[in-house]
Amino acid sequence: MQDKLYNYLLMLGDNSMILGHRLSELCGHGPSLETDIALTNMSLDLFGQVRSYFQYAAKLKAGDATEDSIAFLRTERNHHNALLVEQPNEDFAHVITRQYFFDQYHLLLLEQLCESKDEQINAIAHKSIKEVKYHHRFSKTWMKRLAQGTRVSHEKMQAAVTSLYPYTEELTKANAVENEMFNQGIGADLASIKSVYYEEVDGLLSNIGLQKPEEGFFYKGGKEGIHTEHFGFILSDFQYMQRTYPNMTW
Amino acid sequence: MEHSIEYLEKQFQDRIDRGENIEAKDWMPEKYRKTHIRQISQHAHSEIVGMLPEGNWITRAPSLRRKVALLAKVQDEAGHGLYLYSAAETLGISRDELFHQLHTGKAKYSSIFNYPAVTWADMGAIGWLVDGAAIINQVMLTRTSYGPYARAMVRICKEESFHQRQGYEIMITLCNGTEEQKAMAQDALNRWWWPSLMMFGPTDAESTHTEQSMKWKIKRKTNDELRQQFIDITIPQAEFLGLTVPDPDLKWNEERGHYDFGEIDWTEFWQVVKGFGPCNKERLKARNKAWDNGAWVREAALAYSEKQSKESIRKAV
Ligand SMILES: [Fe+2]
Ligand SMILES: [Fe+2]
Repeated sequence: MQDKLYNYLLMLGDNSMILGHRLSELCGHGPSLETDIALTNMSLDLFGQVRSYFQYAAKLKAGDATEDSIAFLRTERNHHNALLVEQPNEDFAHVITRQYFFDQYHLLLLEQLCESKDEQINAIAHKSIKEVKYHHRFSKTWMKRLAQGTRVSHEKMQAAVTSLYPYTEELTKANAVENEMFNQGIGADLASIKSVYYEEVDGLLSNIGLQKPEEGFFYKGGKEGIHTEHFGFILSDFQYMQRTYPNMTW
Repeated sequence: MEHSIEYLEKQFQDRIDRGENIEAKDWMPEKYRKTHIRQISQHAHSEIVGMLPEGNWITRAPSLRRKVALLAKVQDEAGHGLYLYSAAETLGISRDELFHQLHTGKAKYSSIFNYPAVTWADMGAIGWLVDGAAIINQVMLTRTSYGPYARAMVRICKEESFHQRQGYEIMITLCNGTEEQKAMAQDALNRWWWPSLMMFGPTDAESTHTEQSMKWKIKRKTNDELRQQFIDITIPQAEFLGLTVPDPDLKWNEERGHYDFGEIDWTEFWQVVKGFGPCNKERLKARNKAWDNGAWVREAALAYSEKQSKESIRKAV
């Protein structure tokens, strides 16, 4: 089995899966019907991507692996999403900020994956990028609206940026798997993404009057499977059925 | 020339009798307008509150395929709410006002959503029975006299029948599964059967709205007729699953060409309608919480769009 490629697929899939999960928690509880529908749409798109990545990963792994065994039966330390996407739905400002920080990265990533030498990843990226362009437009528009809406919304957005910005760097900091995948022409070049990413994100923040934290410290660990304390609770929900009723068909 | 109310009402009734649709700009009796606002908004609220029992299982769905299908289903219900609020708005009431009625407990919604969804099998039972019962009602409403409502129903019905099949397919999978899964399916049927029958409302003898509603072609069949239709369709489906419908009095009546069924517990029905079902308080609390937490977002969006339009006026000048 191609270990590195398999792990790369887990990283790609886990980001979509855990963010999709966070968004799915909001279904039926949004601030308006329109935003409720839009957030659910994004969750649906992300889970669609997860299925593509994990179906491919299951083929690589062979044996009796399926998209579901990969999605539902791994423990905390074997999930490789960035810490950003597991951050809780504190309020709508956090939801939108988390989304924008991720979408901006996701868009740049998929642009590169559209050039991937790996046929499957290439195809998944082509399909996903259409969806993610929409996500990016949605979250960016809401960043502006909320930052420049009322005094209250501005303050909430500032609080969200202050708390979530330190999770951004991990997205574009390549680990061993990502480096290897880039060298093989399969994965993205995160170094080149990083500079564009911060140009875009910092540009938007200053445009809409939000400050990034001055300290310049960043968190990391998710990609290596060291998550925040939220993560176990995500898995308890997510894996509940598969763990309670093992080996059944649903 | 000014026409008398009696003349206008006669004209109006003639149009309905001829099978014409009434449109938003047409003259209509005040009572017709009010009845429609009440019915369409109740229906809209039911869609929105109906998102909660199933929404509760999205994060715990047992497979990716089921999760995606459930997400899409609950999202469809939000869409139904949206069309229906728009249909109600054509009658001169705002969505905010309608939400206010829901949040303060003034408006009703379908009582079925005051029952808890306690196991995964409930996702099957709700789709199969609750969407199934809703379709029976809604197919009739595609031919209702008020145009915007009838057209919203046509769109909605297509999706509801998809939901019904999806729910039934969950039930089939459970019934083909392990003993534990089968028991889960039977238990869900036991809990959802009677509340589903109650979805059609009180018996014709007790129903206060039926007569006028029939005359205005808001309804074309009575509660009891619709309930019977639902039972006749659903029993063979339960048999196919190998499940037992929890009604010892249920049996085929050759003479009537329908199933006979046992007495519905109307005390329970009225208890839930009056706000004392298992989840009435939680449902209202959840809706209020979403609305209150979203207030600053809606205010910000409004303030932002006002600033934008001022800005574009300033630039134009
Ligand atoms: Fe619906
Ligand atoms: Fe439905």
